[in-house]
Amino acid sequence: MMSVILLFVVLAPLTGFLINGLFGKWTKPYAGVIASLALATSFILGLFPIMSVLNGHIVEYTYYTWLPFKEVSVPFGLRVDALSAVMLFVVTFVSTMIHIYSIGYMHGDKGYSRFFAYLNLFVTSMLLLVLGNSYLLMFVGWEGVGLCSYLLIGFWYEKDTASDAGEKAFVVNRIGDAGFIIGVLFIIYHFGSATYADVFPRAHQVLNTTSATIIGLALFLGAMGKSAQFPLYIWLTDAMEGPTPVSSLIHAATMVTAGVYMVARSNAIYSMAPIAQEVVASIGAFTAFYAATMALTHKDIKRILAYSTLSQLGYMFIGVGVGAYWTGMFHLMTHAFFKGLLFLGAGAIMHSMRGLLSIDLMGGLKKYMPQTAALMIIASLAISGIPPFAGFFSKDAILAHALEFGHPYIWIVGEITAFLTAFYMFRFVFSVFYGEEKVPGLYHELHTHEAPSVMTIPMWVLGIMSIIGGLVGLHIGGVIPFKHLVTQIAPSTPIADKAEYPESLLIGISVTMGLLGIFSAWIIYIKKLITAEKIAKTFKPIYTLLANTYYVDEFVYCCIVKPFWWISTNLLWKIVDVEIIDKGGVDGTGWVAGRIGYLLRFLQTGFINNYAYWISFGIIVLSGWYIVKII
Amino acid sequence: MNQLHFPILSLITFLPLAGAILIAFINEKNENFIRYFTFGILVIDFIISLPLFFAFDPSTYHMQFVERMPWIKSLGFQYYVGVDGISLFLVLLTTFLTPIAQLSTWKAVNKKVKLFNIVILFMQTGMLGVFISLDMFLFYVFWEVQLIPMYLMIGIWGGPNRVFATMKFFLYTFAGSVLMMVAIMALYFLNHHYTGVYTSDMVKLMSTPLPAHIQLWLFLAFFVAFAIKVPMWPFHTWLPWAHVEAPTAGSVLLAGVLLKMGTYGFLRFNLPMFPDMTHAFAVLVIVLAIIGIFYGAFVAMVQPDIKKLVAYSSVSHLGYSMLGMFALTQVGMEGSILQMLNHGISTGALFLAVGIVYERRHTRLISEYGGLASLVPVFATFFMIFTLSSIAVPGTNGFVGEFMILLGAFLSHPVYGIIVAFGGLFSAVYMLTMYKRVVFLKVTNPKNLELEDMSKREWAYMVPLVLFVFWIGLYPNTFLSKMRVSVEHLLKQTNRTVQVSMTSKQIQPVKTVVVKKG
Repeated sequence: MMSVILLFVVLAPLTGFLINGLFGKWTKPYAGVIASLALATSFILGLFPIMSVLNGHIVEYTYYTWLPFKEVSVPFGLRVDALSAVMLFVVTFVSTMIHIYSIGYMHGDKGYSRFFAYLNLFVTSMLLLVLGNSYLLMFVGWEGVGLCSYLLIGFWYEKDTASDAGEKAFVVNRIGDAGFIIGVLFIIYHFGSATYADVFPRAHQVLNTTSATIIGLALFLGAMGKSAQFPLYIWLTDAMEGPTPVSSLIHAATMVTAGVYMVARSNAIYSMAPIAQEVVASIGAFTAFYAATMALTHKDIKRILAYSTLSQLGYMFIGVGVGAYWTGMFHLMTHAFFKGLLFLGAGAIMHSMRGLLSIDLMGGLKKYMPQTAALMIIASLAISGIPPFAGFFSKDAILAHALEFGHPYIWIVGEITAFLTAFYMFRFVFSVFYGEEKVPGLYHELHTHEAPSVMTIPMWVLGIMSIIGGLVGLHIGGVIPFKHLVTQIAPSTPIADKAEYPESLLIGISVTMGLLGIFSAWIIYIKKLITAEKIAKTFKPIYTLLANTYYVDEFVYCCIVKPFWWISTNLLWKIVDVEIIDKGGVDGTGWVAGRIGYLLRFLQTGFINNYAYWISFGIIVLSGWYIVKII
Repeated sequence: MNQLHFPILSLITFLPLAGAILIAFINEKNENFIRYFTFGILVIDFIISLPLFFAFDPSTYHMQFVERMPWIKSLGFQYYVGVDGISLFLVLLTTFLTPIAQLSTWKAVNKKVKLFNIVILFMQTGMLGVFISLDMFLFYVFWEVQLIPMYLMIGIWGGPNRVFATMKFFLYTFAGSVLMMVAIMALYFLNHHYTGVYTSDMVKLMSTPLPAHIQLWLFLAFFVAFAIKVPMWPFHTWLPWAHVEAPTAGSVLLAGVLLKMGTYGFLRFNLPMFPDMTHAFAVLVIVLAIIGIFYGAFVAMVQPDIKKLVAYSSVSHLGYSMLGMFALTQVGMEGSILQMLNHGISTGALFLAVGIVYERRHTRLISEYGGLASLVPVFATFFMIFTLSSIAVPGTNGFVGEFMILLGAFLSHPVYGIIVAFGGLFSAVYMLTMYKRVVFLKVTNPKNLELEDMSKREWAYMVPLVLFVFWIGLYPNTFLSKMRVSVEHLLKQTNRTVQVSMTSKQIQPVKTVVVKKG
């Protein structure tokens, strides 16, 4: 019975996809409802295996053999354990909310049913990624979500920026995917299987530090692509070209966290490979800080949130990188709530602003959109790590563990980033919802108004989760429930000399950082004691660098993409292929044959006496050779 | 062994020829009748070929559905046909793809319809003959016979540069054929020299390979002949020309079936008959294959012409097939054969898709299109599915084949697997860039506004291809289970007289896997 339920958790959104995908022409008015119902079904069915996991079981079923090779056989099987239960809950819950929201947001779009078809396909892939019981099934989901991301970023395919962004996302992700596949190949090579149940229990016997490091790094290359870590993050900000619910669901709450899930899932391998862990944590910390600096100067509300997502993903990688896997998963969950909400809020703003995105055009919106404003403030407090909001618990857990597990520098970077996070989020909040209207009469002209309730209700649900979602990280009767759950499957890396710090001190520092960030934003954007323009002028070089996002896109385009294109066209195609191989090699062969024929032509003179000479010459040579041989 | 006690292979092979003869007597004014009639014959041929699949015994590597009778007794030539797990699916691919290709020409070909259909039927006989022949002279006869219809097809119904392209195609492949002819004769006489029997029985030749020092030149001659056909880098320059000029049906059959003759030839001649040289040259072939994979992708990326792009992508895809084959591991070899089928399905389908828009707009330049998604959504969807299959997205057939090859190459030597894992990146670049420029973006060319979406006939030939894309992608066992034993046997033949140093390298990884499993 459970096996069927589990299968239908995945099949329900797939059915939704098929209905809207094949019969979209007819289902158009109900496409959103159908898709949301499919998702709700998936969510409700998913609660059964989750309950079972909470009771201490692991739910795993194999349905058929997908890839029956001689060397390795890969079953199609689904597995719900503590790790995937968290993901299953987050994915189906947040997806359902965002589907409902999209009914309102996408209303009237000519690709309405196509949108929901893609969205359902995305959730199907995401569930496969999360629930698959082997690395290869995870890879199916991994590429599947990448594909849906491609389709949804380029949803408004008539805009060339959207089409380009979709392609960029897919291609950059493929770099990571190559790493992932290499990791899987090594796993198969060592274990003769890619199924989790075969791999993790035996990891200690089969792998040594070197092989674990290779696998860890290869897999992490995949994570860098999917979870947009430096330097493969470049696709994520462009991905904001997609409809906002997509940004919320795929590029904030679920898909981009797949890398974190994968590292946590592979904890048995990473715990054996300190170098790989160090790399994960360092890249995470670097991305957290780096992306936060870029969020400081942006004016486009969606891009601010996109950089913020990069930064928060960096935090998650710090968590899983230092070996405290549960903290990364914890932040993944709370982030899904508050960042999903932030994007939905941004969507609501865009919805009422007719697609305008720049914070320079906004200000004082609180009056027009009170619910959205309240929700955005909740989410911003959560991301800034202010207690008792959800983000506080998870971010604090990550930073505390980074310090305890012996990474003081990462901890420092994390605390500075916490300050920046609070600052840029409240810069956003203050300049959008507070202060004066920057363009007088604009709201009147656009008929700016609060979003319809089909959009605000899902936002409120996520808002509530952003407030209470962190409570599972509280000490309750000596255990932290979330930690207790996740460490069953992903135990933290054992550390020989754990550094002990007083908990209240760490909390104090973190909260101070957050409050300081909010306070700075308040001074600059509300009190205007120093204006932002003045700061920008004072630090002009830095400001220019940040505003242009360190010129990375320009660098990639002119130093990688363009030369590559040029070499392919002018060297490989026009010279190697056409001139050298075809004209030189192939026609050359023909030319040689022609020349030989031309020379041989002179032999055929038609005069008997010429032939007689040649014959006698031949006889002499042959008999001479014969005589020499005899002698 | 012939479990059906019925000359089914001959029937499948010669039914189209009989059809061609019948059509010769029909008045060429009855164009529609000829089309229906030809299509009917090809469909019947496909239906007759299905028992091959159902009656095939996957537990033996021996040839099945065998027919055997003397041909030229004094020389030992026979009419000897049969299939095993390696050729079975190539025969089925041919009977499956030809009716589809023919169906695509109903509107596209208006000139000399009668002759065209005769040529297609004739080609079907030639192609099937290659895959079922077990006598090397018979093989050679069919090999040459199928050159003629392709020559005619490009030469008569091709594009503006058809004469040049057809000459290039013919001379190029014929150069290979000549070498093969010489090698076949040499093999025939050398075999007599060492075993005392004159025979052209391929099964016998496969089971008694010649001494290592004799194999070198034979291996090389066959290698060149087949490498041109595949085509492997750097023997590929005829392919873009032939594809660009060929009519849609020609491209489909060229990519779908004819190129597979090259890879099939390697499996039938080079690997089992010259095992020592196979091992000696494996690294070289793998290097060429890997160059082909990347080079094909790079050059495909910058092509302005959709068909040329797909043609170069074939170089890349068949590079995978060669890589899997010469990795000499079970999974790689099975992957190589599966990749042949996948390439036939997805590249064939891509050519059909190009044909659909070409038929309406008479241009293949990418820059002439743009924004088709809003004009012809059904077409865009089909095109997307085959694009995804071509870039090996999991769930489609492409992924299974490429992953098997990657795994096979990796087990042969990890470096191969690691390098080729990045191949998927570039296939995504060229296919998606092309797809974007053709299907996405705004409609810029007003001529496209009048495009009509796919007709019922076009649906009819695209849907079966889509089914196979997902069938192989989701449940490849149907196909793999039937190849297994034959491939095992082939590997055993290839590995039998190997020097020690090579064996340990090639086999070891596989062994570790097996040991640890137990």
